[in-house]
Amino acid sequence: MNKQDWRQSATGAVVPILIVVLWQASAMLGWVNPQVLPSPVAVVSKWIEYLLPLTAYDPAASSWLGWAFSGELLGDTLSSLYRVVVGFAVGAGLALPLGLMMGASQRMYAWLNPLMQVLRPIPPIAYIPLAILWFGLGNAPAVFLIALGAFFPVLVNTIAGVRQVDGIYIRAARNLGVNQRTMFIRVMLPAAVPYILSGVRIGIGTAFIVVIVSEMIAVNNGLGFRILEAREYFWSDKIIAGMISIGLLGLIIDVGMNKLNNHLLRWHRGLEN
Amino acid sequence: MKVNDMNPTHIQVSGVHKVFKTDSREVVALKEINLDIPQGQFVCLLGPSGCGKSTLLNAVAGFSLPSSGTITADGKLVTGPGPERGMVFQEYALFPWMTVEKNIAFGLEIKGMDQSAITAKVDELLAMLSLSDFRHRFPKDLSGGMRQRVAIARVLALDSPIMLMDEPFGALDALTRRNLQDELLRIWAELKKTIIFVTHSIEEAIYLADRIVVMTYRPGTVKRDMIVDLPRLRDPAAAEFNALKRELGQLVMEEQQRHHNDEMRMAAVD
Repeated sequence: MNKQDWRQSATGAVVPILIVVLWQASAMLGWVNPQVLPSPVAVVSKWIEYLLPLTAYDPAASSWLGWAFSGELLGDTLSSLYRVVVGFAVGAGLALPLGLMMGASQRMYAWLNPLMQVLRPIPPIAYIPLAILWFGLGNAPAVFLIALGAFFPVLVNTIAGVRQVDGIYIRAARNLGVNQRTMFIRVMLPAAVPYILSGVRIGIGTAFIVVIVSEMIAVNNGLGFRILEAREYFWSDKIIAGMISIGLLGLIIDVGMNKLNNHLLRWHRGLEN
Repeated sequence: MKVNDMNPTHIQVSGVHKVFKTDSREVVALKEINLDIPQGQFVCLLGPSGCGKSTLLNAVAGFSLPSSGTITADGKLVTGPGPERGMVFQEYALFPWMTVEKNIAFGLEIKGMDQSAITAKVDELLAMLSLSDFRHRFPKDLSGGMRQRVAIARVLALDSPIMLMDEPFGALDALTRRNLQDELLRIWAELKKTIIFVTHSIEEAIYLADRIVVMTYRPGTVKRDMIVDLPRLRDPAAAEFNALKRELGQLVMEEQQRHHNDEMRMAAVD
């Protein structure tokens, strides 16, 4: 980091630090009930407790790595991440081929688009009762809801991506003698990638919202479940610690997506390095 | 019309008409075009915008077939685009997600050429067009002139006997343009391609062409079909060059005036 970057980071840190100081002061001076708003120090110590393993290390019971990951927080994070990944893979895995077909074929579009337009405005959360009725409790309804949340953004962007492919590429490819199949795989699909990726980003964002909600309802682990459980015990420090964890996981996913985006679109005009 | 007697006809345009229909009216873009282009001839289609020169080129390329009349290339009727009639577009039309070498190799992969032959061919073309240092770059990182070199290399890779060029240097600055014109002449002399080159620059046409076909504004017809027999490499400052420039300038200006009048009339109607 150069001097400019340091100054920028320092400027950005001022307001959060002030808020934390004010928050801590109000807790220490007894302005607020700690049951309602615990002090930041209490939240951080709870967060560390939540992160660390519950029992002491016992070589007989488990491997060191297994022990290190036995803390509640890491277990919850992995459960939530697993649901996001599986749900997203199912949703995007269905939306991508369907979107490619609907984008490329006027007939497919005419057949399916009205149905998609009717289903799309229904928020995935509204499917919760139906999801539980169909799939009971457990991972299945959660994955179903997350897949729904990821499906529509990827579908809509894939259709738009294929439809907006610049005619000049098609002409150039026809001039080079490509057949329909090659045109689709090597010209239309890569040309649509910028649109598809922005759909993927929106889809992941939706999946992340839906995973928290569905964990509050259908399962008994995961970050969403944990903060709801903490409310039942009035553990407000753990609620906030859980929220911070959710934020951190979201940030990691977003940074990862950004890196993937930059790599896949390194050819794209919009991204000058 | 003078035709080089040495070489057989390579591209034949006979009685071509092209009509574009919109909801409200019909535009006759091409009317009764007849051209015999012998093997290896460098032909420039010259005229103001709206004279149908790009329409004619697209018809030869097979992108947009004539409403009536026929076009044959190598004796075969043109029914659609194909690699034996490689096209260089004004807007380059490189595939932005492919590197320079992938762009050049793409047509060869389509043909099903094996990988070692592709590599050899790509190396040769990169060297021919001074692109070797740019082989791993993406098009977005190249200047306009470099992009057009890649587009030319991509067409040359096809080994097509015919090269169609639609105002390929129109978007380039004057120096880059002259530079690429010279490269093109060198490649043309070496590879003996038949070239149809669309331009609205009179000087460019005289500098490049064996033969200049001046077209009229709507309907597009052949206004003048002339052989340019100035010795190469041509000097744009030479007296003969300028005499020809004056003569062609007069012809093009008449059509430009008709174009202008037409636009004024249309504006008045709207």
